[in-house]
Formats: sequence, C-alpha cells, structure tokens
Amino acid sequence: MREILYTVARNRPLTRGVFELTLEGDTSPITAPGQFLELKLPGLYLRRPISVCDWREGSATVVCRVVGAGTALLQKLLPGDTLPALAGLGSGYELTACGDRPLLVGGGAGVPPLYGLCRRLLLLGKRPAVLLGFNTGAECFYEDEFRALGVPVTVTTADGSRGVRGFVTDALAGLDFTDFCACGPEPMFRALLRATDKPGQLSLEARMGCGFGACMGCTIETAGGPRRICKDGPVFKREALLWQI
Amino acid sequence: MADLTVQLSGLTLSNPVIPASGTFGFGYEFAEWYDLDCLGSIALKGTTKEPRLGNPLPRIAECPEGLLNAVGLQNPGADRVIAEELPKLARVFHKPAIANISGFSVEEYAETAAKLDAQPQIGLLEINVSCPNVCHGGMSFGTQPEAAAAVTRAVKAVTKKPVYLKLSPNVTSIADIARACEDAGADGISLINTLLGMRIDLKTKRPLLANRTGGLSGPAVFPVAVRMVWEVYEAVKIPVIGMGGVRSARDVLELMLAGASAVEVGAANLVDPLACRRIVDELPAAMAEYHIDSLKTITGGAHHG
Repeated sequence: MREILYTVARNRPLTRGVFELTLEGDTSPITAPGQFLELKLPGLYLRRPISVCDWREGSATVVCRVVGAGTALLQKLLPGDTLPALAGLGSGYELTACGDRPLLVGGGAGVPPLYGLCRRLLLLGKRPAVLLGFNTGAECFYEDEFRALGVPVTVTTADGSRGVRGFVTDALAGLDFTDFCACGPEPMFRALLRATDKPGQLSLEARMGCGFGACMGCTIETAGGPRRICKDGPVFKREALLWQI
Repeated sequence: MADLTVQLSGLTLSNPVIPASGTFGFGYEFAEWYDLDCLGSIALKGTTKEPRLGNPLPRIAECPEGLLNAVGLQNPGADRVIAEELPKLARVFHKPAIANISGFSVEEYAETAAKLDAQPQIGLLEINVSCPNVCHGGMSFGTQPEAAAAVTRAVKAVTKKPVYLKLSPNVTSIADIARACEDAGADGISLINTLLGMRIDLKTKRPLLANRTGGLSGPAVFPVAVRMVWEVYEAVKIPVIGMGGVRSARDVLELMLAGASAVEVGAANLVDPLACRRIVDELPAAMAEYHIDSLKTITGGAHHG
C-alpha cells in the first residue's frame, strides 16, 4: 500500500458510459489481480475505490462505468491529468487457489479485474475460460481483448442481442471448468452459487470510507466472523459468504 | 526550539496530535503507512462489553467536505480487544493509548472501563456518551446532564486513570452537559463527536445509509467544533480534547486557541492515511509562522484580552 501520483496516458471510450483509463506511474504496490486503487478526485471528499483491470511495470489500466459523481469525473480525465491514488489495496484473487481450468465469470462493470487475472493465470500455465454477461450487445466490452489472449470466450446478453440469450448461468451448462473466479453484481453471484457447487472466489463491492481497513465502513458478516470488504477482501472464497443458498 | 509537548491530566504527550476513535482502528493498520510513535497518543476504536457487528451496509456516504458514517460501534468486545488488539498495538506503538468506551447501560460502561483500566498500555479512558448510530445507548447518555453525570460517576468509581467524557454536539447546551460531567468527577472533556445527518439517494429515492441517519464528520464540521470547544472551555476548569474536521497544523492551533489542550484528528485519516504524521511534521513551521514557542501555553488563548 502506497500513495502514488499517476498520470493519465489515455482515456478510451469502450461503450456508452464505459471507458478505459491508462495510468502511468509506479505500479509496484499492486501485487494481485482483484486489488483496487483509491482515487482522489477534485471536489469529492472520499476517495473512490476502483479495481485494477491490468498492470505492467510503470502502467496500469482501470475500466469504469459511469454510475455517480466520482465515475463521471473520471470519465472526463484527459491525457496529462494527474490522479493521486492509494495503490495495492485489498487482497485480490488467489492464483494458487485456482484449479487447472478456472472459469472467469464477469457481469457488466465487474468484468475488468478478470482481464489482469486471466493474463496471470495464463502465465502460470493454467487454461482459463471466460464467461461475460451484459444486458445488451451494445454494453458488451473487452470481448476482443480476452479473445486476443487466446482463451475461449462466451458472451451472454439479457436481451439476446449478442451471444447466448439470458444470464451467465444460462451458459454454464456447456462449459467445462474446475473452479471459478467471479466479479459482478450480487444477483449474479447468488445465481452462480445456486448453479454450481465448484470452488469459487468472488469479488464484492461496497461503498467504502477509507479502503484500507481503518473505518469499518464496509464490514460484512462471513463464516469466519466480521470481515472488511476493503482489507480482508474484496475477494472472498465462496464458503466464506453466508448468502450463498 | 519549538516545544510541542502538552499535558492531559498528568500525562505528558510529545505533541497534541491524537488520531480520533473510529478512524484509526486499533492503530496497527496505520503502522503499514508510518511509525506511530510520532503521535501524541492514539484514541482506539470504540469498545463495548459485548462484540458488535455494527449496522448493515451501506454505512458510509459522501458529503460536501465530509462524510456520514453509521458504522454502529463495530468492535470485537472488551475481552477480545484486550486479548488480541492491544497486543498487536503494543508491537507498533510504545506510548500510553486512549481507550474509547461505549455502553448501553451505566453498569456496562463501568464494567468495560474496569477491564480496560487494568491494561498498562492504556493511559486515559475516553467515555463515549455520544455515538449517534446505536439505539438505546451511546448518544442517549450524552444528551442529558444527569445521564452523563451518572456514567461519569460509575466509571470514576472503577479507575484511577484520567476519565474524559466524549460529548455529542447534538444538544441544546453542551456547556450544561460538560459542567455536569465535571461536577461528577470527570478529569476532562472530549468533543465533538459527529453531527447527526442524512443523505437521500436520488436514484432509489430512499435514504442512502441503511441506518437512514449517520454522523457527519470532516472539514464541514470544523467551525462547529471550534465554537463548542470555546463554549466548553468557558464552562469548565478541566482540560478539553478538541476534535472535529481537523486536517492541518493550523487547525490544531485554532482548536487549541479555542480551548483544547490536545487535538484529535478523525476523518482526515480516512482520505489520507498519512494525515496525522503530516500534521505533526507541519506543526513546528506553523508555530513559527504564528510566533508560538510552546504549544501548551496557547490553550484557550483566544479567550483572553
């Protein structure tokens, strides 16, 4: 965990309301996919937690959807703008806990951290597959980026305008996997946990105060007792979550 | 050489900067960011007799120059604080710490205070009669002079350590409550806790916090803190720990001039984990700028002349 001043190198629109920021600066505090940044934005008091999509030495990407005041400010950033961030927050996905053929399940704005995860699983010699769920084909993003990694990609859309019609769980039956890593909305998690009993890691979201474990603003009850989403998570093993049934 | 030391009921602090309860956990999370021994002391997370999970999420909401929180006194309970949290703090902080105690009855306050009083690491007890986020406890003891006095007497009976009552700003006359605590034997007053507030989500058209209301803190409340520290300083002879929206060394000087003997820093820790160390580092230059040689001489300075 460190405070880093990033510089925006690129702001690329992906779909209506979804954009990818490339940030230049020290990425050494980022140690695991699924970790997040706490971004300080002008005019807002609290920092905003945004998951890291991918990172290399000296550069990181984040992909966000505009949902409120913070993400609206992020969308307006231009190359050269600076962005103070706390980097390397949260636990992230545990790569060594993944099986040989993990299924990466992303829903909407939850898709981005799975990209950095996918790259690292491939580097470890694992054979991940990707399952992405969106409301409509127009909202679909990062399908090509995942395909460029050479992994099998299945897309579902609620309205059937692209890929399989329905939710991610409607495409599970045809996929062969050892375990899963998921990021997305809570209803998707609940459906996923009902649809498969394979081991899984799930990345939760919350309105946070600090992002580094100080304020207890994002605590949930888990099988192991109270846990802070920001510090003990955001990624939790399925058996830790009490709302899986 | 500037003298940053201050006195609190016989305790000498190397400087007046104390992270405020509820914004600093049990301290050790911040040891990943800086050496905690630069702090005057640390006010630990509010502790109750029994473990508490706190309120449902969301517990946090953005506000202009501040935030609302409705954490609801989440803590592992006094026994586990003593068995697990204090030993972890002892490894990274080597000065007397401030225990912060909450309860749901006068007896519960006293029982928790007695347990924490027995810990050599604890130098001072801050008794929270002002948490706005729990029902039938917390703030209800701090909004009536008689109730605050009853808690003070019960806690004083079980400890020889200094007892500071942490007061709520959500009252008509904070001076009356401070006086009642002083008359009941309090060694000092700590203020302000958060101001009761609310936000409504325009998308859902419902309160943003699951608890509906929460406590407002951050720079937005700083002028309220200055005014209330001023009022309490006029009303009592015992020392005051001032807090509420402090974010700089200049804010520390301002609250001390209003009447604070030491200053807690709260919300600033959540947006800048290095805030307290930065404020400590900035103090000598701020003192020089305003021609202050010794901090402890400026307490209440704005009241004279």
